[in-house]
Amino acid sequence: MTDILEQLEQRRAEARMGGGEKRIAAQHAKGKLTARERLDVLLDEGSFEEFDMFVTHRATDFGMAENKVAGDGVVTGWGTINGRQVYVFSQDFTVLGGSLSETHAKKICKIMDMAMQNGAPVIGLNDSGGARIQEGVASLAGYAEVFQRNVLASGVVPQISVIMGPCAGGAVYSPAMTDFIFMVKDSSYMFVTGPDVVKTVTNEVVTAEELGGASTHTRKSSVADGAFENDVEALIEVRRLVDFLPASNRAKPPLRPFFDDPARLDESLDTLIPANPNMPYDMKELITKLGDEGDFFEIQEEFAKNILTGFICLEGRAVGVVANQPMVLAGCLDIDSSRKAARFVRFCDAFEIPILTLVDVPGFLPGTGQEYGGVIKHGAKLLFAYGEATVPKVTVITRKAYGGAYDVMSSKHLRGDLNYAWPTAEIAVMGAKGASEILYRSELGEPDKIAARAAEYEKNFANPFKAAERGFIDEVIMPHSTRKRVCRAFASLRGKQLSNPWKKHDNIPL
Amino acid sequence: MFKKILIANRGEIACRVIKTARRMGIKTVAIYSDADRHALHVRMADEAVHIGPAPANQSYIVIDNVMQAIRDTGAEAVHPGYGFLSENPRFAERLAAENVAFIGPPQGAIEKMGDKITSKKIAAEAGVSTVPGYMGLIADAEEAVKISGEIGYPVMIKASAGGGGKGMRIAWKEDEVREGFQSSKNEAANSFGDDRIFIEKFVTQPRHIEIQVLADSHGNTIYLGERECSIQRRNQKVIEEAPSPFLDEETRRAMGEQACALAAAVGYTSAGTVEFIVDGARNFYFLEMNTRLQVEHPVTELITGIDLVEQMIRVAYGEKLAIAQKDVKLTGWAIESRLYAEDPYRGFLPSTGRLVRYRPPEEVAAGPMLKAGAWHHGAAGASGNDAAQGDADGAVRNDTGVFEGGEISIFYDPMIAKLCTWGEDRAAAIEGMRVALDSFEVEGIGHNLPFLSAVMDHPKFVSGDITTAFIAEEYPEGFEGVTLPEDALRQVAAAAAAMYRVGEIRRSRVSGRMDNHERKVGNRWVVEVQGTRFEIEITVDRDGAWVRFQDGTRHRVASSWTPGQSLARVDIDGDRIVLKVSKCTGGFRLRTRGADLRARIMSPRQAELASLMPEKMPPDTSKMLLCPMPGLIVAINVNEGDEVEEGQALCTVEAMKMENILRAERKGRVSAIKAAEGDNLAVDEIIMEFE
Repeated sequence: MTDILEQLEQRRAEARMGGGEKRIAAQHAKGKLTARERLDVLLDEGSFEEFDMFVTHRATDFGMAENKVAGDGVVTGWGTINGRQVYVFSQDFTVLGGSLSETHAKKICKIMDMAMQNGAPVIGLNDSGGARIQEGVASLAGYAEVFQRNVLASGVVPQISVIMGPCAGGAVYSPAMTDFIFMVKDSSYMFVTGPDVVKTVTNEVVTAEELGGASTHTRKSSVADGAFENDVEALIEVRRLVDFLPASNRAKPPLRPFFDDPARLDESLDTLIPANPNMPYDMKELITKLGDEGDFFEIQEEFAKNILTGFICLEGRAVGVVANQPMVLAGCLDIDSSRKAARFVRFCDAFEIPILTLVDVPGFLPGTGQEYGGVIKHGAKLLFAYGEATVPKVTVITRKAYGGAYDVMSSKHLRGDLNYAWPTAEIAVMGAKGASEILYRSELGEPDKIAARAAEYEKNFANPFKAAERGFIDEVIMPHSTRKRVCRAFASLRGKQLSNPWKKHDNIPL
Repeated sequence: MFKKILIANRGEIACRVIKTARRMGIKTVAIYSDADRHALHVRMADEAVHIGPAPANQSYIVIDNVMQAIRDTGAEAVHPGYGFLSENPRFAERLAAENVAFIGPPQGAIEKMGDKITSKKIAAEAGVSTVPGYMGLIADAEEAVKISGEIGYPVMIKASAGGGGKGMRIAWKEDEVREGFQSSKNEAANSFGDDRIFIEKFVTQPRHIEIQVLADSHGNTIYLGERECSIQRRNQKVIEEAPSPFLDEETRRAMGEQACALAAAVGYTSAGTVEFIVDGARNFYFLEMNTRLQVEHPVTELITGIDLVEQMIRVAYGEKLAIAQKDVKLTGWAIESRLYAEDPYRGFLPSTGRLVRYRPPEEVAAGPMLKAGAWHHGAAGASGNDAAQGDADGAVRNDTGVFEGGEISIFYDPMIAKLCTWGEDRAAAIEGMRVALDSFEVEGIGHNLPFLSAVMDHPKFVSGDITTAFIAEEYPEGFEGVTLPEDALRQVAAAAAAMYRVGEIRRSRVSGRMDNHERKVGNRWVVEVQGTRFEIEITVDRDGAWVRFQDGTRHRVASSWTPGQSLARVDIDGDRIVLKVSKCTGGFRLRTRGADLRARIMSPRQAELASLMPEKMPPDTSKMLLCPMPGLIVAINVNEGDEVEEGQALCTVEAMKMENILRAERKGRVSAIKAAEGDNLAVDEIIMEFE
């Protein structure tokens, strides 16, 4: 009996060694942790329950029969993050370069099925050379099985991908369909085709880092939602994100004890809006002064900085924030910012996370670049996302809300539940100067007259009261009481029930 | 008494005068420029009058505008504060002509003391000690030796036309005078084409010590002790204290009596200050007289209990001084730290912008001012940090003119507050200041709080062994931040671990966790701070925690800090430390005692794995400035070849009708400028390159 028990321990020890000491040392030398070490950081201490530790592949071609390692290059199971269940898979680069075999894929599929059934997020730690070429189409089939589950799980449980090494070719499409992708700076990259193929086909010379490093994907392509300095920091931040997310679309968003008075006033917000309407200010200041304890988990911080997206807590409950950022491009909407915010709004709506929208938007960015790029369809994504969202929606207009962009930014007309405006709000078709130049075209040659018209327009329309008179604004609120008012607004919406007409699915302008 | 006075100033001094006036039941009128429309002094005053555009030379110092404000509001008297019109005899004259009282000295006294040469002459005639020297022409080296002998060594040989140290020699004995005289003469002839030389006493170990005088119009003049103002940076005072750690009773009396004699000699009334330079042997020499209220007057108020502004107002009204010299008692010790909007890490460059956070420590009334009933508490609109609460043995006073959410503009003095502490003795006042500085939160602009903290912990300052060269000598390369000594670092580590644990326990109490399978937050932690790792074990009881270090030492830690609070007051073994706290990945950014630390707190396993992570060099941000948005270049602020400091404005890009200032990400030299003002650039187009 004892022998048999010992045998288990021995087999476990072997499995835990993955690709062996040499490969582990090589992994460390690259500044990377091993698959299991990563789980030690990601999960609560001692909470990991492993499955399929002894799974091996079944390939025999290319001498693979002799090349079997228990676990087959991926560690799977579940554990807890601050006591809340999550399913995880962590690819082991020390075993056959973390390459994906049929059985490797099966292990991932197993925990994804469990996650969907049991209602817990899936976190994938990606570090893989790609398909296991020795297995041929069986490996490709494995990818597709994972893809299919990514699709089905989308909107059912949150899916988070952390890219912690290579992720190339078909492999990229699994993370691509998850809700969030994070990368580790300098040690991870993602691309569909690598630098060698790029050179052969297009003659472009490009490094892996330039083609698909963290900087490329957080700043240029927006494939990734954030990047961190190293493995440990990335995993610590993923833990932080999970604290904001509900376990599934059947669970309520988490509630954490909080130490910040919901009625806290902040007099300094009364001077946030500069006297000069053309001066920028930092919308992040409002977000951090509004939320519990100044805590803000930003999503896509480096991309389309003219709009801010991320999570805060109000009274301990997670709230998704979308805010125009006047510091960048005057906070206008354009292709990138519309896409960024639309995806975020849809995530929040899918998981019943209420949405707070802070508006200071002068309109859509004009230009051929935008029109040729399809700003009509991309802008429509954000409009569509807000329009279909049934979660509690609270909007605060701090300054400009001009033209179509006013409609888009969670306006009353898109079923905004509570729409507030600061006294500094200007809700109008456009700025005073532009409007008077169109309305009084005949007076264009007389600058004095036009200036008087602009002043008149500004007096009559550059304020929140025209909108408030129609009930498009529920209340004009003092900046210093914004936290209190917004907290109470969301509190009043805790029982909200709203559903869209039955449909197979909508047809958002992709 | 006056019914209404106008304060011809702005900022903290206007606020400070308003407080006393209010306590005396006098109505106040503020004046303000465009930039100060929403300033604190405007809010505090009973009335406010707009007097012009932002630049002071178009508003605060335009006598006609101020006179109009006086007429419009019917103010009977004017307090000029310091700077601006305070020492302008024309202003005093105009007031007199319109029968408005000037809360300051008579015009004649201002004029006489306003001229350096005249004032020295008057001082000498009044029996005030002046720097011995020989102003006449010196024929040759032998005469120079003779004169030097009369003055007493060491002496300074200076070129009449000199400047920048050229033609200047210090001589400690006869030979050096002979040599120095000739070389100075040659150097002066070569540099300035003027070889005239003069000799004066060289003051060694110079200290700047000044005497506060107070005089009425009935012939009474008293002195209120001294202030030591030796901590200066480029002639800008940074830290002042009263009394001076250097003076003895005899010197104090001699200086005080001479100061009074000088005041009497020019018919001085109101508050005034006689500045002296004092050498290492306590010889003192007259420098100049300031015919106004000094910036640093609060330290005198704190040790004497006398409200100088109140006295100025009474004197201006014609009242007799109610205080005689024998009534002036110096009790305890007071220190003032000037908070400047200047970034100490960037060569003390002035910093402007929005005060995103401004929380001074809460004022605590104590000491002579409280006893005398002269304490006026709290600035309007400023909510304080109650750091010094329960510290009834010391006083904290903050004279300020700004508020959270306010704007620090480019137009005026970068001083935003004067933080004062009072204690029974110097050590207590210093300790009070350390805590008060640590409790002072300023975000959004660069400021010198870390530097002030560093000075409070500097052994030379603590010992009182200071001269006017203190900053230049102790920080020759500028200020590079503070490295905490091991014992202080341990305290920070212990506090950080205990705080982090509190935060992690809170996180573990999130809803939706698996019943009976909750996260158990451990007691063993590794804290990495300032390049040092501490292994720590925490045991918690009802009132606090024991933090045990690897070497077996144990610290008792207690704090009421909760996650999200930006200030942590932590009691460690009876010592109180105050930390400014903000979150960062896996820990906190902690600021205390001038140090700016990133503390990472890890479980032992995390720590083990974290040590496998590569040390990363600061990212090599591209050597180019790229246009971050499509826009119009409206200004380029630098030239090719310029050295730029981190944070310096490089150019302004206008996009969507908004001006965005692009700043240097780090120190460097501009090698090429690729864009010109008026250019329209696309995203990522190169604006300039760096070496």
